[in-house]
Amino acid sequence: MPQLNPLDWAPQLIWLAITFGILYVLMLKIALPRIGSVIEKRAAKIAGDLGAAEKAKRDTEEALAGYEQALAEAKQKAHAIIEEGRAKLKAETDAERAKLEQELAAKSAEAAARIEKATEAAMKDINSVATDAAADIVRQLIGVAPSKADLEKAVTAARKA
Amino acid sequence: MHQFEIRRLIPLELFGFDASFTNSALFMAIAAAVITLAALFAMRNGSLIPGRMQSVVELSYQFVANMVRDNVGTEGMKYFPFIFTLFVFVLTLNMLGMVPYSFTVTSHIAVTFALAAFIFIGVTLIGFWKHGAGFLKFFVPSGVPFVMLPLLVVIEVISYLTRPVSLSVRLFANMMAGHTMLKVFGSFVVALGLLGGWAALAFMVAFTGLELLVAFLQAYVFAILTCIYLNDALHMH
Repeated sequence: MPQLNPLDWAPQLIWLAITFGILYVLMLKIALPRIGSVIEKRAAKIAGDLGAAEKAKRDTEEALAGYEQALAEAKQKAHAIIEEGRAKLKAETDAERAKLEQELAAKSAEAAARIEKATEAAMKDINSVATDAAADIVRQLIGVAPSKADLEKAVTAARKA
Repeated sequence: MHQFEIRRLIPLELFGFDASFTNSALFMAIAAAVITLAALFAMRNGSLIPGRMQSVVELSYQFVANMVRDNVGTEGMKYFPFIFTLFVFVLTLNMLGMVPYSFTVTSHIAVTFALAAFIFIGVTLIGFWKHGAGFLKFFVPSGVPFVMLPLLVVIEVISYLTRPVSLSVRLFANMMAGHTMLKVFGSFVVALGLLGGWAALAFMVAFTGLELLVAFLQAYVFAILTCIYLNDALHMH
């Protein structure tokens, strides 16, 4: 076995020390810091991105909550405005109606008065027409014109009956 | 055993030691270069959304980081660069060894034992540095009858001292056995020719797949045992 030749040991060990030593220094000073920094950078970036995403999510939730609150407030306000408008409208309508009813009542009262007056006038006319007609009829029948007072009395009595 | 031979590509001598640049040294240098260039190439953009290469590099980083964190805890992260280097170095050496005509550095007990001994000594020093003489309590199991203690302490010490041996032999034996096996079946393919060579060849294909798994697994085991030993030193169980 060539492995057991002591003459070959020294050159192997010397070069093992040299190559391993150089490799160790290269790894320690150059390669490992570079690899480590890249891995750390990536970890930091991922953590940062996750943090940003988390923050964005929180912002969104806050904005959503604000929006919902604003919406609820607006709804409430709209409701109040509607209620107010309705009440105002109702009051106006009521006032209008009352006024209209009053006017209508006045008009109808006036009309009733006019009708009364017209009826009275018509009645009076009827009396005079009836008196005239009765005077004519009496004159035709007996040839004598009755007195106006008698006629009126007779007509009034007849109409009352 | 030709594939395990050490060949001196550039003969060198340093302070009386043979420091020749061998094929083993060449593959260690290739491994170091491949790891460094792959890491730098993959991370050249350092983009937030990784490409294929960058994913592989980042995955191995996090694989080892999790291994250290799970087995040693956060205070073990101080030793993460070492464990990472150890894992990728052993893994790359194992994988390079799977390339035909290449050399498997980890199939030499000298290399694996040197790594294991370095880890063993380092971990023991960390234990004493962290707990002082109290680290010796590590060898005294708790809740044991007093008369049993002398025996158990001896067993504990022996099991502690065999750690570098088991750690290094496990890796070395796995790599050497696998490659030897492939070599043996490769010679069967030639020897049996068209008649029965295909059977040996089919076995080799399947076994190469298994060897790739072993190459990864042994690197992983080496790294995770280092983590466990480190955890023992830092937390004493």
